[in-house]
Amino acid sequence: MSSTTDISRRGFLKIAGLGGTALYLGVFPSATGAEATIVNAGQAAYQSIELNAWVYIDTAGKVTFVDHRAEMGQGSYHSVSQILAEELEVDLNDVNIIFGQGDKKYGSQVTGGSSTIRMNYKNFLKLTATAREMLIAAAAAQWGVAAAECYAEHGHVIHKKSGKKAHYGELVVAASKLTPPKDVKLKKRSEYRLIGKPLKRLDTPLKTNGTAIFGLDKRVPGMVFAAVERNPRLRGKVKSFDASAALKVPGVQKVFKIKMLVFKTYREGVAVVANSTYAAFQGKKALKVEWDDSGFEHINTADIYARQLENVKTKEGLFLKKQGDPDAALAKSAQKLDLIYQTPYQSHSPIEPLNCVAHYQGDKVEVWGPIQAPDWIQDALSEEMGLKRENVIVNMTFLGGGFGRKAFMDYPHEAAVISKEINAPVQVVWTREDEMTQGPYRPGITYRCEASINNGDIDALKFRMSGQNNDHWRDPKNKQQANRSTSEGFLQPYYDSIKNISFAEVIFETPIPSMWWRSVYASTNGFAYESFLDEVAHAAGKDPMDLRRQYLTDERSQKLLDKMEEISGWKNRKKNEGFGVAITECFASTVGQIVKVSRKAGGKVKIDKVWAVMDCGWYVNPDIVQAQVEGAIVMGLGAATMHEITFTDGLVDQKNYHSYQMPRIYDIPPIEVHIMENAEDAGGVGEPGLPSFAPALTNAIFDLTGTRIRKLPFKMDEV
Amino acid sequence: MIKLTINGKEHTLDADPEMPLLWAIRDLAGLTGTKFGCGVAQCGACMVHLDGDAVRSCVTKIKRAVGKQVITIEGLSDNNNHPVQQAWAEIDVPQCGYCHSGQIMAAAVLLRDNPNPTDADIDIAMAGNICRCGTYPRIRKAIHTAAELQQKSLK
Repeated sequence: MSSTTDISRRGFLKIAGLGGTALYLGVFPSATGAEATIVNAGQAAYQSIELNAWVYIDTAGKVTFVDHRAEMGQGSYHSVSQILAEELEVDLNDVNIIFGQGDKKYGSQVTGGSSTIRMNYKNFLKLTATAREMLIAAAAAQWGVAAAECYAEHGHVIHKKSGKKAHYGELVVAASKLTPPKDVKLKKRSEYRLIGKPLKRLDTPLKTNGTAIFGLDKRVPGMVFAAVERNPRLRGKVKSFDASAALKVPGVQKVFKIKMLVFKTYREGVAVVANSTYAAFQGKKALKVEWDDSGFEHINTADIYARQLENVKTKEGLFLKKQGDPDAALAKSAQKLDLIYQTPYQSHSPIEPLNCVAHYQGDKVEVWGPIQAPDWIQDALSEEMGLKRENVIVNMTFLGGGFGRKAFMDYPHEAAVISKEINAPVQVVWTREDEMTQGPYRPGITYRCEASINNGDIDALKFRMSGQNNDHWRDPKNKQQANRSTSEGFLQPYYDSIKNISFAEVIFETPIPSMWWRSVYASTNGFAYESFLDEVAHAAGKDPMDLRRQYLTDERSQKLLDKMEEISGWKNRKKNEGFGVAITECFASTVGQIVKVSRKAGGKVKIDKVWAVMDCGWYVNPDIVQAQVEGAIVMGLGAATMHEITFTDGLVDQKNYHSYQMPRIYDIPPIEVHIMENAEDAGGVGEPGLPSFAPALTNAIFDLTGTRIRKLPFKMDEV
Repeated sequence: MIKLTINGKEHTLDADPEMPLLWAIRDLAGLTGTKFGCGVAQCGACMVHLDGDAVRSCVTKIKRAVGKQVITIEGLSDNNNHPVQQAWAEIDVPQCGYCHSGQIMAAAVLLRDNPNPTDADIDIAMAGNICRCGTYPRIRKAIHTAAELQQKSLK
């Protein structure tokens, strides 16, 4: 089969050595066209034949699909299945879906960068089409007819002329002995029966009656509960603690000091193990701990922004991109703009607090939890605990939100450490306060944006940012180069139409743990760069939409702009209406938004409507795409107008939702989402809807009021 | 020992009477559909019905539930077919789904008391339930759909 090397690297069957049980055969199409790998044992859990890493069919015909990525709301559980079912010719409602354990055969399992579909769909289509062809070939051989006379439908192979029919279960053993075909024909988009349709999510019924198992719902026999009091100063240590009152709380069994990973450093805390979550929480409250703050007490928000501002005002930084000579253009510019924008630290605050179940047994540990990156957890726990990677068994549950936070390894590490200490399975549960005050956070950033305008045209753009780089924790070498995300969010076509452009990062360090937050740097860059382009448009005497049209000259962008104008009535704006536009790129998708604002009776500004146009190329399920954009806009609204994380003397000021306010149902304006139809490759869906909301909103507020907002968050009723 | 009636079934629990109902339901009675979100009555993920009222179980002590009927998401209907559950499925409301046990329990009380709620009624009734995924537009739509389904089923 002609496949990408990517598939071959996904490895082959894990042979689970089922001594004494029946033999099971598996086949995995090989990228090199070699014979299918035939193995004599399948994974015990499935008792069925693995057609490829994502599809199992047992001899009774039961089809199991694997979602190897985390399902945290973005819909992979459904969308992966909707793709796998297409070319395999099975019915979606007949399929059983499981989450893949951490396993290298899946390639990367890090559920980030809106990558689950866009990085895998071509492989999924080819793998399932190959499996289908092998099942057809097996049936044809059995019946002594030509494969070309047979077709697959609803999990069966059918011989057209005779009407002979066999279900896949009858064919898998024979199919597994065949050589995978070199080339398989894939359907055209117009031939899809499932992809592109707004099918109902397969996980919805589980999420309306309490049966979906999230991390917090995982139970294993003999499991106890734990809570941890952690040094409130982010990475500090425990000097001493007094457990006497905690141990008197009914249900509390054990109290001890632990050390858990914060990226590649550690923080310390005191663990309380009990027979219920409540008892563990009560025990935690009763602890008396003296902390060693290790010098973190100097962290203050005002100082952070002052240092960042000093950086962008006095240093050029490390260039990520530079074309032409923006400095020369700025030096002889007739009209210059030089503006500062600031974006805050943000907490992910997924609605399911962090938690993880671990069971440490001798030379292995098994964990279950809301985990965004099971492969990273395998790496981290095997390294930290000196275990073989394959002896770190990582199981994903449903995630009650993730947004980047649940790709971090501190809470599974805590659970494993506690389980090892007590020699029993344990569930560690974080309180909301734990989650909000410990980080990691989206980093706060200061931007300096400069432009040279010549006769109303953009001559040069020069961007500089200073804020923490999320990559630094993974590899110190990253500190020698500019943040790779410095230009994230900025549209590629601008490079073709604007001669002089540069992006630079002035490195800024603090000990605050920072981590991707939905849409990552595009979520903050987008605010700075798209606000700035709006200001450039006004300075140049141009309509902000016309400015985009002038510089986004490619056909794909022009179509997006046409759609945005058409649905929003941009050209027919009325007096007393403020319209704002912003367009950002994020993970290979472009989203343009238009926000309309007006004044309420008392003079305060309100949002009347949000229009979003998503160009994500090839997509699976339009209803899920729309839902993701709606949700991203709501999350963007919260981040722009309601909450931020601030630090005073090394402590986080926000503790729970009363001080970190979330959007509520009454805050949400009408949102209309359109999806562009084209033949482009798939882009991301879960994140790209977020970045363009905040600048579209503040640009609209400027249009209505003349007030320019350059620092987030701001309060709508203070505009 | 404390006796609680949850979804019509009596549970005898060895628990501190001060324990929040949430943890008794989850850790002692073993019903995990009711969720922990904030612990301080800010998010509504833990909402259950106590003698028909929507209460936040994270701040409701179990001693207050003695002698009363506790209904959790698992007990809302026999077959995932309460009008609110049906509407949630029809509109495909959930994303991560974690908050929706609470959202559905809040919406069910709203529709019982007000069979044809306006948007303003929905704003008030659902103000206490946070959805971090931002499914609010669909929650609103689904409540209107549920109202229609409920009225149809009464005819």
